[in-house]
Amino acid sequence: MIKVMDAIRFETSPERYKHWRLELSGAETTGVARLVMDVKEDQGLGEYVLKQNSYDLGVDIELADAIQRIRFEHPEVRAIVFTSAKDRIFCSGANIYMLGTSSHAFKVNFCKFTNETRLHLEEASAASGIRSIAALNGVAAGGGYELALACDEIYLQEDGNSAVSLPECPLLAVLPGTGGLTRLVDKRKVRRDHADVFCTVAEGIKGKRAKEWRLVDDVIAKSRFDAATSKRAEELAKASPRAQAKGPGLPLAPLEVQRSIGENVGDRIVSQYRYVTLTIDPKKRVAELEVRGPDHEPPKSGDELRKLGNGWWALRAFRELEDALLDLRFNFLEVGLLVVRSRGDGGKVVAHDKALAALAAQDWLANEIALLQRRVLKRVDVTSRSIFTLVDEGSCFAGSVLELALASDRVYMKDDEDHEDAIRLALSPANFGALPMGNGLTRLQSRFLNEPERAEELRGHEAPMTTQEALKAGLVTIAPDAIDWDDEVRVAIEERAAMSPDAMTGMEASLRYGGPETLETKIFGRLSAWQNWIFTRPNATGQKGALTMYGQPERAEFDWRRA
Amino acid sequence: MSTVVNDTKIPNNVDLSSDKKLQRALEQWQPNFLDWWLEMGPEGFQQDQVWLRTAVSVDSDGWANFDYVKMPDYRWGIFLADKVPDRKIHFGDHIGQPVWNEVPGEHRNALRRLIVTQADTEPASVEQQRLLGQTCPSLYDLRNLFQVNVEEGRHLWAMVYLLHSYFGRDGREEAEALLQRRSGDPDKPRILGAFNAPCTNWLSFFMFTYFTDRDGKYQLLALAESGFDPLSRTTRFMLTEEAHHMFVGETGVQRIVERTCQLMKQAGMSEDVRKASAIDLPTIQKYLNLWFSLSLDLFGGEVSSNAAAFFAAGLKGRAFEDKEYTEHTALGQAYAMEQPKDGRITREEIALRNAMNEVLRDQYVQDSQRGVDKWNRVLEREGIDFRFTLPSRRFHRHIGLWADVAATPSGELISKEQFEQRKGEWLPTEADETYVRSLMTKPVYEKGKMANWIAPPPRGIKGQPVEYEYVRRTEA
Repeated sequence: MIKVMDAIRFETSPERYKHWRLELSGAETTGVARLVMDVKEDQGLGEYVLKQNSYDLGVDIELADAIQRIRFEHPEVRAIVFTSAKDRIFCSGANIYMLGTSSHAFKVNFCKFTNETRLHLEEASAASGIRSIAALNGVAAGGGYELALACDEIYLQEDGNSAVSLPECPLLAVLPGTGGLTRLVDKRKVRRDHADVFCTVAEGIKGKRAKEWRLVDDVIAKSRFDAATSKRAEELAKASPRAQAKGPGLPLAPLEVQRSIGENVGDRIVSQYRYVTLTIDPKKRVAELEVRGPDHEPPKSGDELRKLGNGWWALRAFRELEDALLDLRFNFLEVGLLVVRSRGDGGKVVAHDKALAALAAQDWLANEIALLQRRVLKRVDVTSRSIFTLVDEGSCFAGSVLELALASDRVYMKDDEDHEDAIRLALSPANFGALPMGNGLTRLQSRFLNEPERAEELRGHEAPMTTQEALKAGLVTIAPDAIDWDDEVRVAIEERAAMSPDAMTGMEASLRYGGPETLETKIFGRLSAWQNWIFTRPNATGQKGALTMYGQPERAEFDWRRA
Repeated sequence: MSTVVNDTKIPNNVDLSSDKKLQRALEQWQPNFLDWWLEMGPEGFQQDQVWLRTAVSVDSDGWANFDYVKMPDYRWGIFLADKVPDRKIHFGDHIGQPVWNEVPGEHRNALRRLIVTQADTEPASVEQQRLLGQTCPSLYDLRNLFQVNVEEGRHLWAMVYLLHSYFGRDGREEAEALLQRRSGDPDKPRILGAFNAPCTNWLSFFMFTYFTDRDGKYQLLALAESGFDPLSRTTRFMLTEEAHHMFVGETGVQRIVERTCQLMKQAGMSEDVRKASAIDLPTIQKYLNLWFSLSLDLFGGEVSSNAAAFFAAGLKGRAFEDKEYTEHTALGQAYAMEQPKDGRITREEIALRNAMNEVLRDQYVQDSQRGVDKWNRVLEREGIDFRFTLPSRRFHRHIGLWADVAATPSGELISKEQFEQRKGEWLPTEADETYVRSLMTKPVYEKGKMANWIAPPPRGIKGQPVEYEYVRRTEA
């Protein structure tokens, strides 16, 4: 078990960045920010050297923070130029020695996080009008090129050296881990045979062919490169709908979490936020997440929103939820089950949801808060832990908080005739479009694939539902009565926590994403299936596997049977 | 508390009066149980006063009370053997850990399956025997039949108690389903094969209580070892009652054998004893073959991953796990198991845990031999050469390794065609069944009187004479 001190933390801010520079000079007039990658070799999270602008989780945490902060703190920024401070190298991808020395479970969670970061970058463009340009002023290999693929446009410097490549297959016998293959054909629509050639040439492709094959949008001579990419970024910024956004931004405040561990909390590890508490029981391998509803009135105007700022429940609760989820994912790999409870007034949750929806239609900042809620809930969907929601007395599963229940693998709701009023579920407009899953459907739509009309029928059903009503509406899995509740829930939790973690991860991922495929679902699906399978095969990570032998004098040996 | 579900109506040592969950479940279930009893219990005797024992405590000196009672008024109770302080799981992977007093979530489904399978046999046997009273050979036997029936009913209660107390809604649904299934009904049969076979005459009844209830004994012994303490305690007390059922079977067959010997001697040995309206010894052997082989099937497949999982998890052990074995993980050990292979019999090493069904079957076969020896001593004493034998466990099997091959009672493999041709020599034919039933067309209700085909017991029950009025008939 990890000690609290050694744990990976996800909160950071630009003045603490080690590996990135967020350059905002001139942004007020141009609308362009530059994110400059300059990885400090000796400042990785582990005992490896981050050579050649290669990255580890620490590097990506900074990147994710930078994108988030641009959205909230810099309404003037409408385009980001990604570039490198290193000579001849843009980014060489995830650090191979980091991957080689990490546990499989960590590797997968690392890939999941980096994938989320890249999807967030794409969402910033699609939903907030923050365009991105990859200005590849050196080699972009593996994860480096995949970062470029997540940008709207890719420009490659012509200098006889700079190239784009996905060398994972030929060099390491694994797959690119952050959606590279999927984005090549699905997003950039590279011809499949060209992609096939590209993905098997370790040194990659440069120059005219890179452009012809649509691997990059243009190849620009070194002497003109900076000016041309800046100019292009300014054009994109000018055309962006975010030009309407009026400042000032909202600086994201630290979350001020209190963590306690050990004897005084019964050997559990408790992380206490304002609206969220995460309690880890390492022995039972169960985590409890309590989300508390709003304790103040919702803002009625942009001014009130800005006055509340970081204190608004709609923002703070979801930022805290995000931090708690990431803490769980990375620092407690053996916890198999997340039990979600809530406390508070469901009516207030609905009121805040409505206030947010009303403001988001006209105010960029409110819109960012709504988008943040969406992203956080998507993180729940792809969290590879079993999730059970418990709806009991005093809970506030309504609207945006109800989405947590809908994201769960099962919902238990207590059926207590004596306290019927105290146990309710409620819907709000937030359940009908603002918070879609990665498959593009709402969680209600994903729930009722067999009866698509059912999700629509629930629209406008604003009255809180009793257990029996919720059961009938299909929102609840099991409704034990008051006498059975404790036992039923205890046994269900114990039973689930005893199941194979691999089987549960695969089963849940398969069941959570019914309905259509999107770029997003393909990326996570292929990550958790193909990529992870290959990562555990001897051909990659066996004694003579290619990843193991990388950098060694001997060649890898393969088991030639095709599976 | 309700008028039906209270400590007076339901004798118990599980603190029913303060257990709201159990009260609520029983309030639902108890009326349905009674309906089931009236519909499927002994037909034609529900209004009679029967001299029955009723469990009223777990005190070894005086756990039961004997008195006249109408069967629908029988006080089916809930008793668990006393708790053993600091009891530890003593076999499988959890050795040395404290026993579970609650269902461990990890094993919920496996435990429920074990309990439901055991529970299902209890009402099934009552159903199988529901018409037997109408052809009873004496009031003594009639009372014993009903004693067995009400106690099988109580064993159902014992298992339903576990389902109600520890398995929530699922448990209540399973408890309800126990009252829905019917022995021999093709649409909703009982779970295990032998409990769907008809038990239509008293020879079958005695064989059933000797052989099939003995399977029950061994299942209960294995469950009494369980790391789930409520199951262990429940089954330990059930074993106290089960002993009487096997006594009924063992002495019943013995009394038939004695009577047959008498009639044979009267008839001058060489005569066809059927002419004297006795059950001839070869026919008794055929019924023995039938019920022994059906009962062997109840232990399940010889090689079983379920059995291994139950043992590993500490849910079901071997009978007398502590007394008879020194090593309790059963890991790294093999069981040399006979198996049919291309028409021959080979021996293969099976991981011991996977052979647990067979281990229990071994114990059962050994125990079954004891009664057979007693019957043979009667023959010896009477100077008759015939001897009863237990058939080979390869004979007439429907479950496990021997299900797809045919074998003689001595275990020799033969073709299925040969088996079909010769099975009349080994198993009761229709003619045999017709003959046996022809002896049992009328009930014997006179005090102390016995049907012609069975000898009287040496003594009555609980100090009462054989002639005692064990059943006071009120129905015509």
